[in-house]
Amino acid sequence: MTHPYIPNAEPGVRAEMLAAIGAASVEELYAAIPADLRLDRPLDLPEPLVSEHELVAHMRGLLGRNTDTTEALSFLGHGCYPHHVPAVCDEINGRGEFLTAYAGEPYEDHGRFQALFEYVSMMAELLEMDVVNVPTYDGYQAAGTAIRMAVRYTGRSKVLISGAVAADKMSKLHDFLDHDVELVVAPVGPGGEIGDVRIDETFAAIYLETPNVYGVVETRGRELAELAHAAGALLVVSTDPISLGVLAPPAAYGADIACGDIQSLGMHQAHGGGHAGYIATRDEERLVAEFPSRLFGLAPTEVPGEYGFGDVFYDRTSFAHREEGKEWVGTAAALWGITAGVYLALMGPEGMRELGETILARTRYAMERLAAAGARVLHPDAVHFREFAIEVPSADGLLAALREHGIFGGVRLDDRTLLVCVTERHSRDDIDRLAAAVREGLSVSGTIEGAGTPAAGETA
Amino acid sequence: MSGHAGEPFAELPVAPKPRLRRFHQARWDEPIIFEQSRPGRRGIAVPAPGVPAVELPDTVRRAEPPRLPEMSQLHVLRHYVRLSQENLGVDQAIAVGQGTCTMKYSPKVNDRFVTDPKVAELHPLQPDDTVQGVLEIYWRLERMLAEISGMHRVSLQPASGSAAIYANIAMIRAYHASRGEGERRDQVITTMFSHPSNAACAKTAGYEVITLMPDENGYPDIEALRAAVGPRTAALMITNPEDTGIFNPRIAEFVALVHEAGGLACYDQANANGLLGVTRAADAGFDLCHFNLHKTFSTPHACGGPAAGASGVSEALAPFLPGPTVEFDGSRYHLDADRPLSVGKMRPFLGVTPNVVRAYAWIMALGAAGLREVAETAVLNNNYLMHKVLQIKGASAPWGRNRLEQVRYSWQELSEETGVHSEEIGVRAADFGVHYWTSHHPYVVPEPFTLEPTESYSKEDLDEYAAILEHVADEARRDPGLVKGAPYNQTIHRIDPSSLDDPGRWSPTWRAYTRKHLS
Repeated sequence: MTHPYIPNAEPGVRAEMLAAIGAASVEELYAAIPADLRLDRPLDLPEPLVSEHELVAHMRGLLGRNTDTTEALSFLGHGCYPHHVPAVCDEINGRGEFLTAYAGEPYEDHGRFQALFEYVSMMAELLEMDVVNVPTYDGYQAAGTAIRMAVRYTGRSKVLISGAVAADKMSKLHDFLDHDVELVVAPVGPGGEIGDVRIDETFAAIYLETPNVYGVVETRGRELAELAHAAGALLVVSTDPISLGVLAPPAAYGADIACGDIQSLGMHQAHGGGHAGYIATRDEERLVAEFPSRLFGLAPTEVPGEYGFGDVFYDRTSFAHREEGKEWVGTAAALWGITAGVYLALMGPEGMRELGETILARTRYAMERLAAAGARVLHPDAVHFREFAIEVPSADGLLAALREHGIFGGVRLDDRTLLVCVTERHSRDDIDRLAAAVREGLSVSGTIEGAGTPAAGETA
Repeated sequence: MSGHAGEPFAELPVAPKPRLRRFHQARWDEPIIFEQSRPGRRGIAVPAPGVPAVELPDTVRRAEPPRLPEMSQLHVLRHYVRLSQENLGVDQAIAVGQGTCTMKYSPKVNDRFVTDPKVAELHPLQPDDTVQGVLEIYWRLERMLAEISGMHRVSLQPASGSAAIYANIAMIRAYHASRGEGERRDQVITTMFSHPSNAACAKTAGYEVITLMPDENGYPDIEALRAAVGPRTAALMITNPEDTGIFNPRIAEFVALVHEAGGLACYDQANANGLLGVTRAADAGFDLCHFNLHKTFSTPHACGGPAAGASGVSEALAPFLPGPTVEFDGSRYHLDADRPLSVGKMRPFLGVTPNVVRAYAWIMALGAAGLREVAETAVLNNNYLMHKVLQIKGASAPWGRNRLEQVRYSWQELSEETGVHSEEIGVRAADFGVHYWTSHHPYVVPEPFTLEPTESYSKEDLDEYAAILEHVADEARRDPGLVKGAPYNQTIHRIDPSSLDDPGRWSPTWRAYTRKHLS
């Protein structure tokens, strides 16, 4: 049988094609590969499941061993968030015209250019910044690149980074930056916000996250911007755009570069497969020059009233100048950019505000309920968005107890600290159910005394 | 009844189709989304708090609502459906024109697996025992790619091909550092016809980059390599076959030269589609390699991602792999994050799981014989298409016909004769429903175009594609202005790009556009 994915495996057509090129066999076409490099046996792979039905049965068998977050009640967040994904988002990113296209020109792929231009434009409104990139891989890469942009812009190599950053993200930043950038960590203050900040004129930037790894909304943005600017440094702020219907965007308090992950804007959790990163700046030539990513801009055509698109300042990129470009650019996460655009268009300004209010309120409600259930809620006086940390006698013990109730109770930050995530998907009943299970789980070991801010996360 | 322009309708039977398709791309003349907004409309409702509201302090509260569009649900849907129709995917077009990108059919059934809640609704930090299915797929795909490459272990964490290149460089750096040679080995050698990300990632990681140019036969110059290697060499980052489609038969010698100097050899396998089951990275002595799951292993290109990369390493490099790794104890799969020499995280969590699932399902649908058939058919298709393209007057393949799965061609002769450039021929070809890409910069091959007809395309597709190129080449000779004036059958007409490089006029967002041009 000719394999359904390989039309020219059909022997008749194969013979016709070989005859046309004057080759006796396909083997002849491999003459360039020396014999000693040739594999002299078939690959050792499982027997194929060529029929679609058998493949589906096999995959169902494997995937059926997963318990998903529609089956368990999940309060897991820590960088990947369970927000509602509008059906229209899935409808659009599932369309083959987008899903199976790649890097066509602005003519036959006009739709991709316009959809991505609209995505960056809606992000620009949310962020109150004029320049936003076509997405990079994820928020980790966006942070790494935003920091490098500040380093190149200032010609300095030290960066003060908030200690309230996820441990995995810190790992990525160290790998990406350490060889020529010194990261100086600012400890977390007792309230859960960035603590004492001291920089001088050797610093390229202050890097802040809000909401930070503990879900705490940083309130000293303006002060930090002034501090950075007084030293000739930039303020780089990572923020989740889902919060910006209610929270002030970084530009409003003086940030020079904003960055973050857009998974919250219409992407499923997908076991970490829904990530994409944004980077935004004001429209200043020297800053724009530091973007490695593609930037799509609007341009006129021969016909009045017709929008064309193209690459803005392409000369910055590694596509144009290899190692002389800024970092590198390549395939990253464009379809998630298009999807985030769909999400923002559905939500509009009021939807984003209402969603923000709901998340703020339910986060606070969950903090109060868990405190009442006997957990020690960390940083209780800070404004929290979507996440908060609790201290318990044994993180593992409580998580195991919650599992008995079909609940993924939170992400373990250390032996005694859990990070709990609450979104619009968690109803009041869901939160009450968590609180009841926490009360029961803690009743074995009782509540605890103690203080201090835990490490910023250890994750599997 | 009469038809077009008052002519009588044709009689049955309907006349045969013309040689070339009378294509026209969708043209909805769609406004920018902001122009469709009307205050008060909404596309989706969100749950009300149901619990007491929280008052935000002024320091953190947003002062002005964001100026997002306000639209009903149907109108958002319709806008984006229209835009999608103004786009060409593998699902509609003969996508052989994006050489180096390995545009192949992404089976629809594989999309179903990843939109199922059993993948889509998994959180990446769930307990291992609740994601055994996904972990088994990671483990099994790792073993498959290790077998296909001959490498010891494979990380599926990188988000793309370039991210895998970067992960490989990070491991190379960690390896040399672990031997006390990190400072000294500060150079990476690559070739002009390897993907630019090899050079660019190495530079970002702090290395000096040395680029080998092709010799008179189109191979990377081995004498230049001999001159370049030495005690400062950290690694060779090389593609084979290169983006020309030419396989370097002395590749094992290249690797040996680098090894003799104490460097590592890293194989960019973006162009592996013609090699599956034929030759392996380990067979030529490579220490590291990477695959692009969205190229060779069929996951959809998604307008430029999400993609996925796979970094393969020898046993000596395995301790440096990004973490955590997926391990199997004979009965359960689990994550191992306790790896002291690991380079750490390359991206959040374990990897781009949906594409890991798709790639696994694709290999399972093919098996060893199927993969070999993929490779052979990709090479046959390429040689067949090359045979057709080289019959077109004005087209050439510098350095001869010795190609595997793709060819970087040249329109130099046609361009010198007609003044029409390769980009213009590509735009005109799009009027017939196809696309082609020229080349990365710099254009070492003059007036380049790069075609890679993977196993997904039929002989009839290849005949049609070659006929389009032939037709456009004829047009260029007969009426160069016609080609230069293209496109005619597209969503839009010719773009004036002059503002895109002018900081005073460029408009990277609607916000910038309205500020500069509408206020």
